[in-house]
Amino acid sequence: MGMLKSVKTMLGGDPVRKPNKKQYTPAARNIHAIHHDLRGKPDRVAAIRAERDMTRSNKWRNWRWASIIIINLLFVVSYQLDIQLVEGALTASRVIGFHFADLNSALQVMLAFKVILINLVIGTVTVFILWWLLGGRTFCSWVCPYHLLSEWTEKIHLKLAENNMVRDFAMSRYTRTVLYGVFALLALISGYTVFEAISPVGILSRALIYGPGLALIWVGALLLYEVFFTRRAWCRYICPIGITYGFVGAISPVHIKYTLDDCLHEGDCRNICLVPHVLEVTKKAYAQDVTETIGPDCTRCGMCVDICPTKSLTFDIKGLNKLL
Amino acid sequence: MAENPEPPPQKALSKSQLRNRRKARRTFLRSLGVGIGVTGAAILGFFPVIKKWAERLRPPGAIEEKDFLAACIKCGQCVQVCPVKAIELGDLDEGFGVGVPYIVARDQACDFSCDAVQCVLACPTGALTHEISTKEEVRMGLARLARPNACLARRGEGIKGKIREAGFTGKLRYMDVDRWKPIPVQDYPYDLDLCDLCARECPIEGAITVERLHIDLSDLRGSPAIFDKCVGCGVCEMVCPVDPPAIVVDIRKTWEQL
Repeated sequence: MGMLKSVKTMLGGDPVRKPNKKQYTPAARNIHAIHHDLRGKPDRVAAIRAERDMTRSNKWRNWRWASIIIINLLFVVSYQLDIQLVEGALTASRVIGFHFADLNSALQVMLAFKVILINLVIGTVTVFILWWLLGGRTFCSWVCPYHLLSEWTEKIHLKLAENNMVRDFAMSRYTRTVLYGVFALLALISGYTVFEAISPVGILSRALIYGPGLALIWVGALLLYEVFFTRRAWCRYICPIGITYGFVGAISPVHIKYTLDDCLHEGDCRNICLVPHVLEVTKKAYAQDVTETIGPDCTRCGMCVDICPTKSLTFDIKGLNKLL
Repeated sequence: MAENPEPPPQKALSKSQLRNRRKARRTFLRSLGVGIGVTGAAILGFFPVIKKWAERLRPPGAIEEKDFLAACIKCGQCVQVCPVKAIELGDLDEGFGVGVPYIVARDQACDFSCDAVQCVLACPTGALTHEISTKEEVRMGLARLARPNACLARRGEGIKGKIREAGFTGKLRYMDVDRWKPIPVQDYPYDLDLCDLCARECPIEGAITVERLHIDLSDLRGSPAIFDKCVGCGVCEMVCPVDPPAIVVDIRKTWEQL
């Protein structure tokens, strides 16, 4: 899938469709044919059943949770012990003296204030390079404290949904794109960083470091909404920070790679994914080539890597093989 | 065009098509509702700002209030570098002031014990302007003798021991105690025949003096006089022993406005 097309999907456009016959590479066509032959065959059923009995790994999830907790604790500990390792909050900080600025917060400030200070530019560029190296929305799943809380409340939502006590009221993925524009315009026109007033990322980060406040009520309300109405509503359909980092991820070398070969197209990955539209390519007969790159909206959380029984989804760094 | 075929008859929508259409409509309306809700919640932040629900004393170097709220990236680096922990961050009830730093002078004033306006140096966005580098250049507000009748100096009274009510934890740097480490105001052994705390503890030279009211030497009474050197740091408000304080800082007031 081309980069422009995948960015369009991130902004709300339709995910990839089933290609027509001419679009497959010969190798991919071959594999699809084999997969097709397997349908309903006993060995395939046996293979799937064998997988179901496997214990699923939580390797990446554990690393990721550790990452979120450690990074956020670093801010807290650094301040409490006054060791000046990481000063500030997630919106902007100094890491061993180097300026870091959250890309979305910096954007809001630049649009509202309309004066750009060199320190802010340095911080923004540093963070841009960092997340370009690490995969863009990697920020969401490996650093953002709201993501972690939301992941936990998602479990409650899914449990309740299983018992038919709640339903996932899906929203349009265009919502986030529209809100991105709305908040950019509001900052530009009003001259206030309007989004920052409700950003659960900033609120949570500051609450952890400087102590809790009334603002946590807003975060609690968001989480409750996600439990009872829309699964992962904030991260999926609302948060502009996700789009900002998504743009960075679009050109990042770090991504999830899909390998068609062993895939049984069961869809476990799509069920667990925060942004399932990026995994549309894993549907039967959807992949045009034997390997595919998962799009920029992917937070590189690795849940699909953990859950895939056939290791068809893996972390990959573009160009690394060429380098080595 | 010889043949002019009739337009194809409008196909009746199947049940599943109708269902999908209704579903799409509901999804659209839900998205619209949530979108408006989130935007509305953010815009609510206007009210505390416009109505000035909480006028705050901002840290040294803060630029004009509206620009300050825009330029501040709400990271609290200024909070972290302050040696007396004078700076706090705004909460939800301050609207766009969420995460924006302020000082409650009566609880803990900025006494410049960092010497070189550390908060200004820490600010990554210039919300605390880097154009100032000394405490004398700071303009946070202006001190004013708000309750002259309560002022101990004007009543000719002195002060001994703890100068503030029980439970007060504010700190101050005393050059004669420890040049580098501020200590609790309550721990300093004051013993004054005439209270001149506002002038005595003012970190800016020539900002406040207590002027004698009478030539008669047996009459101690004096009155605080505030000069244009005052930067509005609020130390006088913090150390004032009467409660509520006789001397207060008028936020963002300038000498030119007087």
